[in-house]
Amino acid sequence: MSKKEWPLWEVFIRGQHGLNHRHVGSLHAPDAEMAINHARDVYTRRREGVSIWVVPSREITASSPSEKGPLFDPAESKTYRHPTFFDIPDEVGKM
Amino acid sequence: MPDVETTVDVAANDPIMTDAALRPAFFEWLCRLGDNALILGHRTSEWCGHGPVLEEDIALANTALDLIGHTQMWLGLAGELEGEGRDADTLAYLRDAMKFRNILLVELPKGDMAVTMMREFLFDAYHHLLLTWLSSNSSSPRVAEIAAKAVKEVSYHLDRASDIVVRLGDGTAESHRRMQDALELLWPYTGEMFKADEVDERLSDAGVAPDLAQLRGAWETKVRDILEEATLTMPDPAGYAHLGGKQGRHTEHLGFILAEMQFLQRAYPGASW
Repeated sequence: MSKKEWPLWEVFIRGQHGLNHRHVGSLHAPDAEMAINHARDVYTRRREGVSIWVVPSREITASSPSEKGPLFDPAESKTYRHPTFFDIPDEVGKM
Repeated sequence: MPDVETTVDVAANDPIMTDAALRPAFFEWLCRLGDNALILGHRTSEWCGHGPVLEEDIALANTALDLIGHTQMWLGLAGELEGEGRDADTLAYLRDAMKFRNILLVELPKGDMAVTMMREFLFDAYHHLLLTWLSSNSSSPRVAEIAAKAVKEVSYHLDRASDIVVRLGDGTAESHRRMQDALELLWPYTGEMFKADEVDERLSDAGVAPDLAQLRGAWETKVRDILEEATLTMPDPAGYAHLGGKQGRHTEHLGFILAEMQFLQRAYPGASW
């Protein structure tokens, strides 16, 4: 098909104040403004968000699956790198 | 059936609801609001699964659902006011075309995306003004309450429709032509929104509803601004207007909508799932 597709955008939504934006999916839109509108319609119908980011998918640089070993293996079996030895008071809230 | 306690509450919270002299006109007027939302919602829902792109398909389905939600509130209140045991479903599924009070604009076939979005824009611009007025000025607290809920969704409908009208109007030669054609097709049906009859006048006198003629100026300003940005030519506002929907005189299109919408309840009365 010769039909021209709109570019792809990645959508990030902040669920509530104090939380990070999280990747929720992707969609097609001709520009950023419409991508925000589409994200609102596709991903936030049930009051999921307080803020939306959209990023052109082509701007994302991903690590290559073949580099998985060198990138991540060295951290294996080093449990002391996890901060699991601290007690976090409830009052601190989400971290 | 409303029990005694509910009736007392209604009277205490909203004196307009117990004004017996106003009741027939008030009922008619609530049906107009409910039926506009119902029929436009149904028309919009016809795109479900047929949208030009997935994202627009979902956006249209959302809009349709918003409108059906408004219908439930308006017709629900109409049934409560009437006090004869009819609820929103009864009013939606068991009235014949002559009893529907929507304006002709909303029952016209959905056409292509140009017609669909141009109609939504022309109606939203009016709907938004009306609901904004009702939410802050209506002498009926129940009406103001429903309008306040609905206006949030309609603000978004208007933003989205305006954006698309500008994009398609000021788009390719083909999209521009289709938008201008849609505008000229729909324009003669916009006059009915502002043409007040006795029902509108009674409700306006009671402070429940605005003077429709006064909304017209703000509507024309909004529509002119967007059409200008969309490089479209606005037809003459004083031109011919098709009337009759609000009084139950409809185009042949309404019957087909009702046949589809009401078939199940007519064929299997009381069916539910």
